[in-house]
Amino acid sequence: MIQFLFYFLSFVAVAAGLMVVTAKNPVHSVLYLIIAFFAIAGHYILLNAQFLAIVHIIVYAGAIMVLFLSVIMLLNLNNDNEPAKSNVLKLAAAVAAGLLLVTFTGALKGTESIIAAQPFDDQIGYVKALGKVLFNDFLLPFEVSALLLLSAIIGAVVLVKHDLK
Amino acid sequence: MENISAQITQVAPLEHYILLSAVLFSLGVLGVLLRRNVIVMFMSIELMLNACNLLLAAFSAFHSSAAGQVFVFFIMIVAAAEVAVGLAIIVMLYRNIHSIDINELSKLKW
Repeated sequence: MIQFLFYFLSFVAVAAGLMVVTAKNPVHSVLYLIIAFFAIAGHYILLNAQFLAIVHIIVYAGAIMVLFLSVIMLLNLNNDNEPAKSNVLKLAAAVAAGLLLVTFTGALKGTESIIAAQPFDDQIGYVKALGKVLFNDFLLPFEVSALLLLSAIIGAVVLVKHDLK
Repeated sequence: MENISAQITQVAPLEHYILLSAVLFSLGVLGVLLRRNVIVMFMSIELMLNACNLLLAAFSAFHSSAAGQVFVFFIMIVAAAEVAVGLAIIVMLYRNIHSIDINELSKLKW
């Protein structure tokens, strides 16, 4: 059952990812990407990262994809008149990505010996354990990321402002 | 829920997760190389970031350590900041050249 769920979610994620790349209409790409994100959230739940799954859905499907959709609607791009690249370039892109995949799979050799740590700590995905790690070991990166978000907000506002004197 | 996660590390070996992440990452690379629409290229970058996130979560589960999941949070923060600034740049570009075709954005090309 768990194994079936794993392969089903993997299939959904890969198929949706493929559709993101190949869909002509940007809005369809966004919707397929949301499907892929939900499949990945399912993977997180299987991996005992429940809080991560919820945050993933809220941040990605809830915020980032809405931002994408609103920009597509704002710029009125929801038509499929994107000029295609030439066939040679398409072939080159596919070959390059395929070679990258071959390299990754080649690098897989030796990972069969990695087995799960025993005993398994099933509490690591909960807020309590994550918060302890986040606010003890990773306190400085946490503060720095707050600064990063602030600068991103200011940067976005400054960039889209019309007449900045 | 507890025995589900105890099982997943048994029934799905780590290399399956690595392979899945590699496929998703390669799909993202393919999207960046194949498409000319800047927004779709952006989405492909999101796909690549998510492949990395999935791999970090898998390593975290197999390692039985919460640090990997904290890294995923930081990657999500960076992705959110990147999308906010990147989409602002796209909106600004569209105002100036009325296109989001990547081939139009070649003024800095030597």
